[in-house]
Amino acid sequence: MKIKKECIAMLLAGGQGSRLGVLTKEVAKPAVPFGGKYRIIDFPLSNCVNSGIDTVGVLTQYMPLDLNAYIGNGQPWDLDRNYGGVSILPPYVHGKTGDWYKGTANAIYQNIHYIDNYDPDYVVVLSGDHIYKMDYNKMLQYHKQTDAACTIAVLNVTLEEASRFGIMNTDENNRIYEFEEKPKQPKSTKASMGIYIFTWSKLRQYLIADEADPQSENDFGKNIIPEMLGNGEVLMAYEFDDYWKDVGTVQSLWEANMELIGVDSPINLNDPSWRIYSRSPNVQPHYVAPGASLSETIVTEGAIIAGKVEHSVLFSGCKIGKGAIVRDSVIMTNAVIGEGAVVEYSIVGQGVVIGANATVGAPKEICKPGSIALIGENLTVGEGATVEPGIMVSENIPAGR
Amino acid sequence: MKNTLGIVFTYKYEEDLKTLTQLRSISSIPFGGRYRIVDFMLSSMVNSGVTKIGMITQNNYSSLMDHLGSGKEWDLSRKRDGLYIQPPFSSANSISLGANYRGRMEALANTMSFIRRSTEEYVLMTDADVICNMTFDDMLDYHIAKEADITLLYKEGSFSNESYNQFCFLATDEDGKVTDVTINPAKNRNKLCVGTLIIRKSLLESLVQECQSHNLYSFRRDVLQANLKDLKVYGYKCDEYFEPITSISSYYDTNMSLLDEKVREQLFGGDYSIYTKIRDEVPTVYRNTSEVSNSLIADGCVIEGKVENCIIFRGVHIHKNTVVSNSIIMQDTEIQSGCQINYVISDKDVVIRQNRKLFGYQKYPTVLPKSSVV
Repeated sequence: MKIKKECIAMLLAGGQGSRLGVLTKEVAKPAVPFGGKYRIIDFPLSNCVNSGIDTVGVLTQYMPLDLNAYIGNGQPWDLDRNYGGVSILPPYVHGKTGDWYKGTANAIYQNIHYIDNYDPDYVVVLSGDHIYKMDYNKMLQYHKQTDAACTIAVLNVTLEEASRFGIMNTDENNRIYEFEEKPKQPKSTKASMGIYIFTWSKLRQYLIADEADPQSENDFGKNIIPEMLGNGEVLMAYEFDDYWKDVGTVQSLWEANMELIGVDSPINLNDPSWRIYSRSPNVQPHYVAPGASLSETIVTEGAIIAGKVEHSVLFSGCKIGKGAIVRDSVIMTNAVIGEGAVVEYSIVGQGVVIGANATVGAPKEICKPGSIALIGENLTVGEGATVEPGIMVSENIPAGR
Repeated sequence: MKNTLGIVFTYKYEEDLKTLTQLRSISSIPFGGRYRIVDFMLSSMVNSGVTKIGMITQNNYSSLMDHLGSGKEWDLSRKRDGLYIQPPFSSANSISLGANYRGRMEALANTMSFIRRSTEEYVLMTDADVICNMTFDDMLDYHIAKEADITLLYKEGSFSNESYNQFCFLATDEDGKVTDVTINPAKNRNKLCVGTLIIRKSLLESLVQECQSHNLYSFRRDVLQANLKDLKVYGYKCDEYFEPITSISSYYDTNMSLLDEKVREQLFGGDYSIYTKIRDEVPTVYRNTSEVSNSLIADGCVIEGKVENCIIFRGVHIHKNTVVSNSIIMQDTEIQSGCQINYVISDKDVVIRQNRKLFGYQKYPTVLPKSSVV
C-alpha cells in the first residue's frame, strides 16, 4: 500500500543562470556555491524539510552532473526516505520521442506520473535561484483557508524595483486579478517570489490543456497563471516579509554573500530551529597562521589563512597566502590566493589559483558600483598579473600582464 | 583489506584522563576542533577497506553511541556489514563480572558470537584512543608474507615518559620476529606496542576459548607473554603519525601538535579523509575586534577577542577584550568579555563569565568539566 502525501515539492533546477556568466559555465545555477559552505539549492531543500515536506522532485536539465552528485541520495537534507525523499528528474525519452523541458510548465507536465505516484492534494513549485528561509507549511495553511487553486508568494518591493519583477495586482483580500511581467508602470508592489502552491487536481488539468496548445510557451508566468486567471480560478497572493534574495546576477550574488557577514545580517543562518543543511566536505577546521588578520569575515572549515582578510566570505579549503590582502570578496572552495596578491571587490571561483603579487579588482570605494571582478572555476591568474575591476575572466591569464 | 574484520576497544586507561572521561569513554573525547578521538581509528579502518567493525564498549558509552549513530558518516551504515556496537554482556554461565571486563580476552569472549558469525579470515584488533590517519593494507601484506600468527604494530622512539607506563614494549630479532614482550619495563623502552594487531580469526577464536576455559583474561599476559615461544609473533613498524592519548598532558600535546603544518599535512593532507558526525554549523564569523594567530578553528564560532595558539571547537563564542591562549576550547563554550585564559582545556558547554582569569601550566593544563560555569 502506498502512503498518500498531502503535499510534495517540485524544484525547478534546470535553469542555466546565464547572467552569472562563468560561474555557471559548468554547473547549473542551483549548484552555484554560496555563503562559505552552501550551494543555492540548499535553501529551498532545507526549507522543504524544515516545513515538513519530505518528497521533493528536482527537475534538472542544464549541466546536471555537479548538481546530481551534490544532491546524491539527499541524506544531508534528511531526504533519504523509504518512501518519498529527493528524486532527480531529468527529461527522458517516452515512446518513440522525447523532449527537453520546453518551459517551466512543460517540465512539471512531463513529470505528472511522478507526482501522481504520491497522490498529493497540493504541489509546491519552487525555483533554485533564491536565498531565503520560509515555512511553506504556513503558506499551505493559507492556501487551504482561502480555498485557492493557486497561491503565489509575494514580496513587497519598492515601486522603482517593481518593474524588474513579475507583479501581482490584487484586491483588498489579496486575491490576484491580474499578473504583469515586468510592468513599465506597475500598479502594485507585490512581486512574485517564484514560489507557487497549486491544488494538484487543478494544476494537472491546466498542464494537460497547456500542453495541447501549440501556441503556448509552456511557462507558468506566461501561460498557466494567465490562463487560470482568465478562467476565474481563485489565485491568492501570500505576503512574505522576511529576507529573500534573487541571486541571479553577479552583483546580487556578491551582495547576498556580503549580507551574511554583518552583526545586523538580515538573514540568520545560525538558527537551530531552521538549519540550512549542506553536504559536508569532511575537512579539518580552518587554520589561522601567525601574521594573519581577519575582520568582518566568515570562514569555513578547511581554509588556511596567512594573509589579511577584511569583509569577505571564505569557502572551505581556500588558501590565503602570506602578505596577501583580500577585501570585499568571495573566495570559493579550494581557491588559492598567492603570497602578496591583492584581491578586492571580486568573486574568485572554485579552484582558481591566483599567483603571487597579482592584483584582482580594485578597492570597492573607487570602483563603479557593481563592477565586480569575476574569475571562473579552476582558472589561473599568473604571478604579478592584473585583472581590472568588473572583468569576467574565462581563460587563464599569463604572468605579469 | 576486504577479508578483514575490525574490532575496536573503545575504553582504556581512563583514570588518567579524569575530568574528560567522567561522562564518556576515552574514544568519545572531543579532539582537534571537530572530531572525537574514535574518528581517527574508525576512518583509518574504513579507508583501509574494512567494512565490518565491532566496537567493544564497557562503561559510559552513551556519548560514544550518540556520536556513532548508525555509522553512516563513516559509510558504515550498510545492508552488508557495517558497524556493530558490542555493549557489555553477561549471562548466567558467563565468567565475566558484568560491565567490568578484567581484560581483553574476557571482553572478546563476550563478543564471540559476533566474531564467530563473521566470515572474514583476518581480524584487525585495535584501541580507539589513537590519533592517526593510515591504512593497514601494508601491515596485512606483511602479516601474510611472514606467515605470522600475530602481527603487532609498534612505534620506534624513546618512551621513557611515565605516560607510557601502561604500555607493552617489544624486542624483535632482525627478521622482525618478536622475541620479548614486556609491560612497563625499566629499560628497553624503544619499541612501543601501540595496541593494534592483526591475527587470523580462527586463531583468535581458539585463543579466546583457551583463555576462557582456564579463567584467564589478559591478552598481553595470558596470550602474548605466555605463548610467545609457540606463536609466530611479528612486529610491524609504523612510520606514520600515530599518537596514543594516554593522559591529560598527552591529550593536550597531541591537540597542540595540529598547529604544526607537517602534522596537519600528515593527518589531513592526504587522499583519505577523517570522517566525523556532521553538525551543520554555519561558517565562523570574525568581527573587526578579533585578533587571531596560530589557531585551528572549527565552524559555527563567533570570534571577537584575541586567540593565539588554540584549538577552538564548533560553536564557541569568544567575546571582545578577552585573550585566550594555548588553550583547547570545546564545542559551545562561551568566554565572555574581559577574560584571560591560558593553558586551559574547557570541556563542552562551559560558560566563563566576564573578567575571569584562568591559568594552567603547559604540563598541567587546567581542565574545566562539561557544562561548568566559571
